[in-house]
Amino acid sequence: MKRFIPHPLLAFSLLLMWLLLNQSVSPGQIVLGGAVALLASGAMTALKPEKVQLRSVRPIPRLLASVIVDIVRSNIAVARIVLFPAQKDRVSGFVRMPIDLRNQYGVAVLACIITATPGTMWVQFDRKSNSLLVHVLDLIDEQEWIALIKRRYEALLMEIFE
Amino acid sequence: MTPTLFLAWSITAAQVMLGGAMGCAAYRLLFGPRAQDRVLGLDTFYVNAMLMLLTFGVQTGRTLYFEASLAIALLGFAGTVALSKFLMRGEVIE
Amino acid sequence: MIQAPDLPAWAAFIVAFLIVTGAAITLIGSFGLLRLGSFYERVHSPTLGTTLGTAFIVLGSMTCFSVLQSRPLVHELLILAFVTITTPVTLMLLARAALYRDRTEGREDVPLIDENDEQALAEI
Repeated sequence: MKRFIPHPLLAFSLLLMWLLLNQSVSPGQIVLGGAVALLASGAMTALKPEKVQLRSVRPIPRLLASVIVDIVRSNIAVARIVLFPAQKDRVSGFVRMPIDLRNQYGVAVLACIITATPGTMWVQFDRKSNSLLVHVLDLIDEQEWIALIKRRYEALLMEIFE
Repeated sequence: MTPTLFLAWSITAAQVMLGGAMGCAAYRLLFGPRAQDRVLGLDTFYVNAMLMLLTFGVQTGRTLYFEASLAIALLGFAGTVALSKFLMRGEVIE
Repeated sequence: MIQAPDLPAWAAFIVAFLIVTGAAITLIGSFGLLRLGSFYERVHSPTLGTTLGTAFIVLGSMTCFSVLQSRPLVHELLILAFVTITTPVTLMLLARAALYRDRTEGREDVPLIDENDEQALAEI
């Protein structure tokens, strides 16, 4: 199994994308898309990516839900800042925070979540000291932001990846 | 007002709003002030153009526009990544 | 120019609401490009358009075509997935490039260089 399908998750996503693009689930398309998916995911082995190991998939729906809630909430917050700039004294700035997450895919997912949420922006990650640099649009309390990111995302990501 | 007419006016209003959004992005693209602002404007412009194409798809009822907007999303991504690398290093492919 | 497909009344209202809301959110996000002061503040505002703005318009388009062809059409979700995954990557790269440029120019309102930064830059 492992020899024929080196990256099952990638191959499956490629097949799914092929079927969505062709908007059909006819046997011919499944065979064709399967062949493309196998070839493309086979080519991936040449890059020798680090193995993705999910320790647990149960926190994924919870993570997804909290990301969607946060995106909606911060969309409203940023829209308010843009539309009513004179409402209050707003300070934006960089926050440097240490994280305990070590898995590189976990860090990548955390980067995407933080940047996709309006109002927070991942700028840099330092692998040696495991600290990251985040730019926050509405910086009220630095410690509060660090605690928020740690509690809402990092704990769940560590459950998933480590 | 029939539902279809209401939908037609709503789509036109949405297109006007997206056009305004493209105007804001174009301002950043043209007047900077710095190179990274221009790249940010270009990226926003791409996304807004993609959304505009989606509304055209709904307006005409043709799925043809879907492919065009997917292509624009892909090109915008590749373009912005290349420009960001260029800003950082002065070259795209090392 | 003013035209629309013939949808049943309920679908027409849903599609109209979704598309207008999405366009309004995108407009606010792009307007932030003009409104906010520094580059690092401006980077935040287009994410409005790429998250909720895109989501609303894609949902509207999906509803429209699913009702028109009376079968579920979900291929537009590809656009949503693609945009939500790629935008963080481009914005991150752009912010790093801006930070690098600001540091090499010796600006003082950006965080100072760590000793590890040179190595981190080499890893991109």
